[in-house]
Amino acid sequence: MAHGDKGHPAHMAHHWDTPKQQYEAGNLGMWLFLATEVLLFGGLFCGYSVWRSNHPEIFKYGAQFLDTTLGAVNTAVLLLSSMTMAMGVTFAMRGKKRATCVCLVLTLLGAFGFLGIKYVEYSHKFHEGFLPGFRFYEKPTDSHLWVDLDGEGHGVEMQVSAHGEAGDPVHAAAVHHESGLPALPATAEASTTTLAGHAPEGLAHTAGDQQQADFTGLIPALKDDGSPHGDAAHEEHLAHPLQDPVRPALAQQFFTIYFLMTGLHGIHVAVGVVVISWLLILTMRNRFNTDYWTPIHLGGLYWHIVDVIWIFLFPLFYLI
Amino acid sequence: MLHPEPSHDAHIGHSVPLWFIAVICAILLVLTGVTVWVAQLDFAAVHIPELNIIIAMAVAVVKATLVGLYFMHLRWDRPVVGFVFVASILLVTLFCGFTILDSFEYQDEVIPGDTPQIQQALDAALADDQ
Repeated sequence: MAHGDKGHPAHMAHHWDTPKQQYEAGNLGMWLFLATEVLLFGGLFCGYSVWRSNHPEIFKYGAQFLDTTLGAVNTAVLLLSSMTMAMGVTFAMRGKKRATCVCLVLTLLGAFGFLGIKYVEYSHKFHEGFLPGFRFYEKPTDSHLWVDLDGEGHGVEMQVSAHGEAGDPVHAAAVHHESGLPALPATAEASTTTLAGHAPEGLAHTAGDQQQADFTGLIPALKDDGSPHGDAAHEEHLAHPLQDPVRPALAQQFFTIYFLMTGLHGIHVAVGVVVISWLLILTMRNRFNTDYWTPIHLGGLYWHIVDVIWIFLFPLFYLI
Repeated sequence: MLHPEPSHDAHIGHSVPLWFIAVICAILLVLTGVTVWVAQLDFAAVHIPELNIIIAMAVAVVKATLVGLYFMHLRWDRPVVGFVFVASILLVTLFCGFTILDSFEYQDEVIPGDTPQIQQALDAALADDQ
């Protein structure tokens, strides 16, 4: 005997009185989960708020290194995928199986497009050494730049004087300008300070002459015009942080919170891919009809909250 | 078309018209363009340099409200559903607000000056990692 032969709809579990009661309980339960998602991201938004209110200059500085065009395109991609998801719910309510499947596939494409663009952005940042914490080529002290020369932790610590002049003449380092980069008068001194791990490409094979270091060879992924990335709006004014004597102290805080928040959001997008794929399979297996489409609606709610969080992340990191 | 369904009690959900979803998405895309454009303006001339942040956040709130009301069906759901969501946002706002207030509270207590012991401890910890 199939479920549903007992005088109630096939999709209704026995502990509910009516399908409406089942639907509204599921809907409210999903919203309670979404509320916990808001609280989860709330902790990171709080960290962002405190860091930004204490050090607004770090965030103004760091935002220059993000590609606003890619961020805006990603926002549009996510908004369009939210639209196709909402349309998919409407089609599911009307019992249009084929149109629902098309909408879910389009939503999936949007999710993959978002993750693809994010991958391009992340790999660019990794390649340039914009990494959180210690990996930002820096010891956690004011106005000290630390460079891991051979990936084994044997490095050079440069002390950059605030007014851009050479400090201790005994340890003055020659800086070459083959790429047309602005001069960086700096004092380099041998340091036995070590950090675990390996340097990114471009750092690994540089000779470790600790008195006469050629810093031009240390800067990975710089274009011929010296701009760290292709954002035409900024390239005239940007120096790589390693070569920027006016870089704010603790600039890597920006990239720490950037990777934490966009990373957690990216994980949510990846989970969304799994959820939508699952809904697509259920739809193709004729599990839904005009009376029962609740899972598509609830999966859509999750996808929309991911969109809503990105709506806030985009201006917070890329624009202001 | 967009009013709550007054139909019989067994009715479930609200079928949002496709054209309406498309219109909302178009508004969201336009607002994205607006917020990118406004971010490039310099409001220092009107002596409100923080206006960029205020406008960007206001646009984001409007966009999130549109998504919540129409894509997520809050417009047609029971009020308790919206209450759950709005309450979570208010609590996060409270959390952030009080934390920011508190983070400035001890500035006067901080002893200025160099703290070489901290750097030595960091260096020792890093050397131990090798």
